[in-house]
Amino acid sequence: MMIDRRTLLAGIGFASVPGLALAATPGDKRFVFIILRGAMDGIATVIPTGDPAHEALRGRFGPPAVAGDPIRLSADFSLHPALAQTAALYARGEAAMVHAIASPYRERSHFDAQNVLESGGAAAYAVKDGWLNRLLPLLPGAGEPAMAVSPTLPLALRGAAPATSYAPSQLPQADDALLERVAGLYADDPQLHALWSQATDARMAAGSDATGRANPEALGRLAATFLAKPQGARVAVIEIGGWDTHSAQAGRLAQALRQLDAVIAALHTGLGPAWRQTVVVAATEFGRTAAPNGTGGTDHGTGGAAILAGGALRGGRVIADWPGLGAAQLHEGRDLRPTADLRALFAGLAAEQFGLDPQRVAATLFAGAKLVPMAGLVRA
Amino acid sequence: MTAAPAPLAAIAGNRFGLGLRPGEALPADPRFWLIDQFARFDPRPPAIAAVPGSAVMAREFRDYLAKIRPFIAANIEPRGEAPMARGETPVARGETPVAGGAAAVAGPDEAEIRKELRRSYRDSYGGQVRARIAAAINSETPFAERLVHFWANHFAVSADKLQTIGLAGTLEFEAIRPHIAGRFVDMLLAVERHPAMLLYLDQGPSIGPQSPLAQAARARNARRQPGLNENLAREILELHTLGVGNYGQSDVGELARALTGWSLGGFVRRPIGIEVPDGAFVFQPNWHEPGARTLLGRRYGQDGEAQARAMLADLAVHPATARHLATKLARHFAGDVPPPALVDRLTAAHLASGGDLMALYRVLVAAPECWGPAQKFKTPWEWSISALRGLGARATPDLRAVAMLTELGQPVWRPGSPAGWDDVAASWAAPDALLRRVETAGRLAALSGDRLDARQLAPVILPGVLGPGTASAIARADSPQQGLALLFASPEFLRR
Repeated sequence: MMIDRRTLLAGIGFASVPGLALAATPGDKRFVFIILRGAMDGIATVIPTGDPAHEALRGRFGPPAVAGDPIRLSADFSLHPALAQTAALYARGEAAMVHAIASPYRERSHFDAQNVLESGGAAAYAVKDGWLNRLLPLLPGAGEPAMAVSPTLPLALRGAAPATSYAPSQLPQADDALLERVAGLYADDPQLHALWSQATDARMAAGSDATGRANPEALGRLAATFLAKPQGARVAVIEIGGWDTHSAQAGRLAQALRQLDAVIAALHTGLGPAWRQTVVVAATEFGRTAAPNGTGGTDHGTGGAAILAGGALRGGRVIADWPGLGAAQLHEGRDLRPTADLRALFAGLAAEQFGLDPQRVAATLFAGAKLVPMAGLVRA
Repeated sequence: MTAAPAPLAAIAGNRFGLGLRPGEALPADPRFWLIDQFARFDPRPPAIAAVPGSAVMAREFRDYLAKIRPFIAANIEPRGEAPMARGETPVARGETPVAGGAAAVAGPDEAEIRKELRRSYRDSYGGQVRARIAAAINSETPFAERLVHFWANHFAVSADKLQTIGLAGTLEFEAIRPHIAGRFVDMLLAVERHPAMLLYLDQGPSIGPQSPLAQAARARNARRQPGLNENLAREILELHTLGVGNYGQSDVGELARALTGWSLGGFVRRPIGIEVPDGAFVFQPNWHEPGARTLLGRRYGQDGEAQARAMLADLAVHPATARHLATKLARHFAGDVPPPALVDRLTAAHLASGGDLMALYRVLVAAPECWGPAQKFKTPWEWSISALRGLGARATPDLRAVAMLTELGQPVWRPGSPAGWDDVAASWAAPDALLRRVETAGRLAALSGDRLDARQLAPVILPGVLGPGTASAIARADSPQQGLALLFASPEFLRR
């Protein structure tokens, strides 16, 4: 019996976390969107060390759970040391940070916020397809069947334009964030709690290498393989989870950031000369509270950071209209106030990267939004 | 139509059924809804009608035997002497012929022929498993469908032997499904006469020592003397009817002798004048052990095929059989430790009705013991099907679904023994199994993407039983996929 990959993917498949999806469009320019699911703490990632209120707010977190000090980016900002390879790109002008940025969503549900982040709608479930899919028909010569590399197509790439997905053959195990939450789910169930403790003990004893955890570097390499081909994909989506750091943030955030750093580095390495034609944007559904909570973590917030990379970038800068972390400056008295719109970043970046009219891109991707697409992001 | 109190609907859908689907209307009268399903049950739904049946599978095996016969002949029939029946080879008994005769024969070698059948049979097996899953996830009569799975496991044929890989599933489709709401004796007869069972438990080549064929073989001093095989008889008594401890060795021998001659077309020389399609049941008078037999102290003086038939009819309504089945049904629906009072009521209903399965189902549905809090830890099959139903899946799944059941520890129709899979939590609730289940929950959730909102789905498929802890864990999930994974990994969803 012959089973082609399409049939396999259409049925019960095995998914990976993180995941990757690609859309092929002709041309040399590459565009990668990394979705950071779970709400990355922008304040702990791109650290506003120059803000006088920062030390008082975040000082009690203590040092990050990785070797090394925050890496200085500018007079006002430093980068979390887990992003060392990204920092090296920054130093070469091939990475940039955007801060105090958010989607138009102002509530605090992951589900709804990710829907807004990916659909590009003004509100959750207002738009059915993804903004990245709406970009595809604008690209020069677009319309070829797109190729796919993920168990399911993320909403960002879903829509009328052809885009499919491809799942890496090795089955990764459930991500640590899920396993951790399952432990909580079984806390009050004596039978399941006992079984789960034994299972996770055995897993720990086997060591992290034996667990077959999804390897972010491999994922970045895989994406790069498809993007690097002369007639290959030009638009890709990668998903990375594990950002919902309500507790023990120091270790968990460092772990998630290391994954992000590895994906960016693998793209850089794997794309080779095509890196010069590439932009990467990593964004999350919302930021986290300015102040830590009582469990060594942070809760759902509003404004956060986006990370840009790529050889096509005009990088080496932190782009921010910094609102400040003072009590009176915070959104609703608790969150970093957004002063930039992710949609303006996406529209500006896509327009400049593919040589399109920014207003037309903004109107197509984010209809009805009054946006001033960001400019000067990509090398002329 | 007013829905019943939610927990009752949840029990009807999740314990008696195969798991609620989103959008499925909760029954106003759960007990009526359950019993009414048997009037609507489709014994041959499209997914199952689309896969080849036992006749095709048997023909394939027959063709394989024809191809491999020269190798066997080169080994065991050095002078071309017919031992008894031409088709009766070690292969038909699941034995591996000794290699060595192949040199004399041109064409593909023996191992290649065997590999070819295995490959083809595995494809067929995969198709059958996928059809079973499709029927289960689409079923609108899920209580009846669950009972199909129950009885197929009661009459387990394990797809391990070469000759059963392509046939195991057809037993369920052809012998269990049509009799799901009938009399136990009819299901029993259909099963014991099905080619899958006849081949699995070696009944095909069982020949009476005093049968005409055996006498003729002795008279000409044949190299191989035919003989009795007790395997099917023993499992009928131990597993299918009375249960262990309710019969003696002499009963096994007597039933085995009565069963001689029960065989199947295409594998053995056909009785002169009788045309039997390949794979169909055939009675071979020449193989039958003559004379009256005594089973459980009762004398059976019938001739030929009717003898074992009469024995099975009596076994089907024997008090030990009634209690054996009652215990298994009570364990399946009321908990790992079957409540004795329920077992008594089921036993009585069986005996009073002459083994009418509907009478047993009515007792189960009426039993308060079956409507308590969830305490059955779902088997991997039950968990997978309920998760797919919860996801609203409709399409026939791909081969990875077959692999999924294997990874979770319960490959379909492969319990490894005629006793079938265990029906107690101790067999399924193990650390590694739980970890695999959680990981699979993550994969199934990722597959569905963010099309489903677990916050809305959870109370719909676990009405009235979703606890606040699970609800809040789902609400706090860091992605829609994680929310779904937590739902399927939750204590409420792991049990029925």
